[in-house]
Amino acid sequence: MRSKVAKWLPIYAFLYIVFLYLPVIFLPIFSVNTSAVPKFPLMGFTWKWYTDLPNTPALLDAAWNSLMVGVTASLLSTVLGICAARAITRYRFPGRTAASSLIMAPLVLPEIILAVSLLIVMLSLGLELSLFTVVLGHVLICIPYSVTVLNAGFEGFDRSLEEASADLGETSFGTFRRVTLPMVAPAIISSLLVSFTISLDEFIMAFFLTGTDVTLPVYIWGQLRFAAKLPGVLALGTLLLVGSFILLTIAEILRRRAERRVQSTGGVLA
Amino acid sequence: MTAAAEGTTIAQAPRTKRSNLLQSEQAQGLALISPTLLYAMVLLVAPILVIVFYSFWSQDYLTVDRTFTLEQYRVALTEPIYRDLLLRSLWVSLVVSLITVVLAYPLAYYISFHGGSYKSLWLFLITIPFWTSYLLRVMSWKVILGYNGVLNSGLMGLGIIDEPSTSFLYNTNAVVITLTHAWAAFAVLPIFVSLEKVDRTLIEAATDLGDGPIRSFLRVTLPLSLPGVISALLIVMIPTVGDFVTPKLVGGKDGVMIATAIETQFKRGANWPLGAALSVITMTIVTLMAASIVFVIRQAGRRVR
Repeated sequence: MRSKVAKWLPIYAFLYIVFLYLPVIFLPIFSVNTSAVPKFPLMGFTWKWYTDLPNTPALLDAAWNSLMVGVTASLLSTVLGICAARAITRYRFPGRTAASSLIMAPLVLPEIILAVSLLIVMLSLGLELSLFTVVLGHVLICIPYSVTVLNAGFEGFDRSLEEASADLGETSFGTFRRVTLPMVAPAIISSLLVSFTISLDEFIMAFFLTGTDVTLPVYIWGQLRFAAKLPGVLALGTLLLVGSFILLTIAEILRRRAERRVQSTGGVLA
Repeated sequence: MTAAAEGTTIAQAPRTKRSNLLQSEQAQGLALISPTLLYAMVLLVAPILVIVFYSFWSQDYLTVDRTFTLEQYRVALTEPIYRDLLLRSLWVSLVVSLITVVLAYPLAYYISFHGGSYKSLWLFLITIPFWTSYLLRVMSWKVILGYNGVLNSGLMGLGIIDEPSTSFLYNTNAVVITLTHAWAAFAVLPIFVSLEKVDRTLIEAATDLGDGPIRSFLRVTLPLSLPGVISALLIVMIPTVGDFVTPKLVGGKDGVMIATAIETQFKRGANWPLGAALSVITMTIVTLMAASIVFVIRQAGRRVR
């Protein structure tokens, strides 16, 4: 009986992966199809939808906005994430658990509620909705991911190295810059990449909190209403897919390297 | 080592200094976490409090009346349209989270018990689709389930149906399928983590003591992995209740959920207090549902053992 189940499990796992990837695969397939309607059988191969993309000023604006928002949000959330992760892993202080669960709370709240509550506050304060308000929202939802990635980097970090540096006469800032920072650099870069990717793909916050300037997902949302624009959206989606994939692969490689580095010096082999 | 090198200065330090040092350690930790904490306070706690306040106010066109009233809650809970939307959102999220967890468990089990040295590669493979744009993943289901979609043209090509079926897209089932796919990866991870923690010697012990593989799974592995099952259920259920994109893109008229009503009140309908009351009710019900799921599963786990 056991062996029977064990025999079926790999097949199940394979089917599960197929189920996960199959819908995503259709985006690139139909993005190079000559027909404007995504259906089988495929008509013919074309790069037309891709070459049209740079000729759409609205799209280029949206892409630039997304890039700016993503860079700002990932920098801010990583800086705030470093503060939190360092405090949580290095210090013991009253209310540590409460503080860290508050910081992680955006993960377990429906996003639409976060978005509308921020919207109310910003409108009540008389803040003009803009890309800046989008950044504020994105930072809020990126922080939990940053903290998770950075916690992994900071944990098991050998404190005696910092002590040694302090004993050898470094100031605490010097120790941080010359000992701590290089050790956790991969985790920091990985946090930057992860939060950039989240911000790049995030729709709800951007939809509610933006003014007249839109980010890429909001632009795509607007395009989805027109059936004729679908192939262009599919092409754009494919490019975003490839971009996210590359960024995340780099983030994953760095995260593993960071883990290995911490393990080999800290000796905390899990 | 340092004490010896620096001579007597440290040895002579008064005792109070040590407790100061301890306090300053606490103070340093608090100071370090305070920017992030402040951010969460200003942009998370304060807005949620504001929304709770708003839900007890009322609005007449553009003026907000700040006298305490339960009117919004009465409307939200008794008007059939809102009641239906709430119930449907809860139903969809419950179904989606149950399906994702049931589908994810065998995979998590396989990776944990038979993954060998490829464990992290498996996990990476599973998480990649999750990181791709949510909007695009939902859209690809629209491409699959649509009138001219992949499923219809495929079925017609195979001669199973003669004309495109309209029954795939724009209904609650489409919402359930899309959400299940969107959250599939998220359910695997917590279950995998808790399966990793299961002490393998306990399973051996159960087998040695005469339990068959199914009995030892039901009495050892499954109960020990329940924390992962619970968090997987919650991690899927909580965001899906308030999902906005999927019902809008693939739900059609029959698949509308509460998020659409909340959006309408805040954007076009411009009745903030009602929108706030709907948000607060959604949050409350999600919390209650989460708590009851935790309770029921814990009880069931105890019963099995």
